[in-house]
Amino acid sequence: MPSVSRGFHGRARDARHRLPPGQYETADFPVLSAGPTPAVDLDQWEFTIRTETGARHIWDWAEFMALPSQTQTVDLHCVTKWSKFETEWQGVSLDVLLKDVETSAEYALVHSYGDYTTNVPLEDLLDGQAWIAYRYDGDELAPEHGGPARLLIPHLYLWKSAKWVRGIQLLDEEERGFWENIGYHDYGDPWREQRYQGD
Amino acid sequence: MTLTPDFLDGNAAAGDLESLFGTDMTMASGRCRGCGEQTMLAQTHAYLGGPGMVLRCPGCDSVLLRLVRSPTQMWLDAGGLDYVKIPTPA
Repeated sequence: MPSVSRGFHGRARDARHRLPPGQYETADFPVLSAGPTPAVDLDQWEFTIRTETGARHIWDWAEFMALPSQTQTVDLHCVTKWSKFETEWQGVSLDVLLKDVETSAEYALVHSYGDYTTNVPLEDLLDGQAWIAYRYDGDELAPEHGGPARLLIPHLYLWKSAKWVRGIQLLDEEERGFWENIGYHDYGDPWREQRYQGD
Repeated sequence: MTLTPDFLDGNAAAGDLESLFGTDMTMASGRCRGCGEQTMLAQTHAYLGGPGMVLRCPGCDSVLLRLVRSPTQMWLDAGGLDYVKIPTPA
């Protein structure tokens, strides 16, 4: 009888099935930043949605915490080629935050504390696809991973899930963000390996 | 807002910059468009682990320079610098 572990083979097949092209699995949670980690005081924290007409919808931390939250287990795919499976996040769905926002915009530019920005089609923030997450793996979200709150859009490369999020600007015309305006893809679908402009 | 250091000194970017400019960049300097501070490459704050290379001003944290490499292209944004000064051999 062969002594090969069937369980081992089963897990390997599963990992390959869930890895987008060009990615490898890691059990770590690498910290990648384009700038210093801001220490955001919760008394000063605000999240703002500004529409294409200039209308503003603002939540402070207490108001944000009072919103209904969801807990999601998702896979993460970073454009630097690591993927991390089954990460657990708690946060507020963008469907909740955008529910009473009147807009005909098609694009969003996400802004962070610090100077980071990233662009996303508005439709990718809706229909249960995106959250403002404030807990990771059962704990408060650590500053190095984007705490107190970060955007989470697990179906796109992780640079779209802006850390230290402070607002979303709704736009009629697409505006490129921090990485998109120096070569990275406007959409960033890991399953189509959209890493750079032109991919 | 306070900031925590999570960068390397700018010499960590010297190899990438040398491949771009074709000369040793460790003695290069420039002036920040944000605050006017003159800085040597070694004094800049380098963030290297992410999708691209980012050099920031040690005085005001503004982005001085960004560099992205794909398999077929390099993108350079030095819009945060008034100028770059590179010593040339005598």
